[in-house]
Amino acid sequence: MRITQGTFSFLPDLTDAQITSQVAYCQRNGWAVNIEFTDDPHPRNTYWDMWGQPMFDFKDPAAVLYELNECRKVYKGRAYIRLSAFDATASWESLRLSFITDRPEEEPGFTLERQEVNGRSVHYTTRAYATDKPAGSRY
Amino acid sequence: MADDIATAPVIDLDAAFQDSGVGPILEQLETELVGLRPVKRRIREIAALLLIDKLRKDVGLTSQPPTLHMSFTGNPGTGKTTVAARMADILHRLGYIRSNHLVSVTRDDLVGQYIGHTAPKTKEILKKAMGGVLFIDEAYYLYRAENERDYGQEAIEIMLQVMESRRNDLVVIMAGYADRMNQFFTSNPGFRSRIAHHIDFPDYSADELLQIAELMLKEQSYRFSPAARDAFAKYMSARMSLPHFSNARSVRNALDRARLRQAVRLFETRGHAITKDDLMTLEADEVLASRVFAAAEEAAQGADS
Repeated sequence: MRITQGTFSFLPDLTDAQITSQVAYCQRNGWAVNIEFTDDPHPRNTYWDMWGQPMFDFKDPAAVLYELNECRKVYKGRAYIRLSAFDATASWESLRLSFITDRPEEEPGFTLERQEVNGRSVHYTTRAYATDKPAGSRY
Repeated sequence: MADDIATAPVIDLDAAFQDSGVGPILEQLETELVGLRPVKRRIREIAALLLIDKLRKDVGLTSQPPTLHMSFTGNPGTGKTTVAARMADILHRLGYIRSNHLVSVTRDDLVGQYIGHTAPKTKEILKKAMGGVLFIDEAYYLYRAENERDYGQEAIEIMLQVMESRRNDLVVIMAGYADRMNQFFTSNPGFRSRIAHHIDFPDYSADELLQIAELMLKEQSYRFSPAARDAFAKYMSARMSLPHFSNARSVRNALDRARLRQAVRLFETRGHAITKDDLMTLEADEVLASRVFAAAEEAAQGADS
């Protein structure tokens, strides 16, 4: 299954040309583009590992694509990689765009866990099959 | 062959020239930069290549974009840094590079202080400059032949790699004095071949320096009186023969000193009304008070006796 987190997640993977035009759009608006990766696909996992610093001073998509390819050299097929754009202007100070660029080869998906409390009450939670294996060797 | 004749598209060079907006750029260059024949010639050639490339693309012929890395050599004050700053703007308006930003660095922006520091530092600068122009002033300081532990060599190697692999993303312009740049290019065999345009900045003639002086004054809302203009022309020819002459920079210094003397004169003769014209005009005395004339007189007297 393909996890549907972030923008464009219901579409097929973006090509490099499409990623370039998205990054150009973000840079035109003055947003800081950032690369993150993770191997834990749980929807509540908000803070992925950062690849380098946020690239607030790069004014050209080629520089961001260079860093993205460096990240792919290490993590392609082994982790999710996403690009996000942060808008630092007053009253925004938050992400304006965030989309996944690379996924692991096999995405096992999620299961629903039920926990019985106080007799018959049930608490539900989502568990990712990937997290059954230890971090670093999940895919 | 019959097909070619029947379907040959009409190639209108004049129309393409008008559309490209190249003409105004070249005219602006002519008026704003004095002299610098080789530079203007090279820019004109690049503009012509751009035009023809565009026409070729219109009829379906593809070609590789040319390498644009440049090396500016010349004496102090001949306009290397000024032209590099304009080159980013010109290349962007000609459509060769994606944006007109210029990142200007010297040695300590590229070279680190300890092992492992140089590569990330240099790469950061290269990434910051992508899409535009990277200008390296006094590039020969990167190469320290006498110290083999110097990290400048590493910065040079990283730069050469990126200059070749990312020709479409980055234009590198290096500037410096001619003899030292020649020595610098010997530091790496692949260097000279990666730089497509070696442009030499010739020294200005006395007329050109006068023209530059007039331009500088106009920018600052000053002007020469006719007598002052003649005096300045004489001053220039005398100064050019003295040592440590830095072309346009020497002109700027001389004009600053003339402005100083004008301010002193206006202050000491205060008491009568000063018009706006008085504030703007530099008189001959301001120029003639220079020590250059005294030095020239002494030299002449010395020659006599």
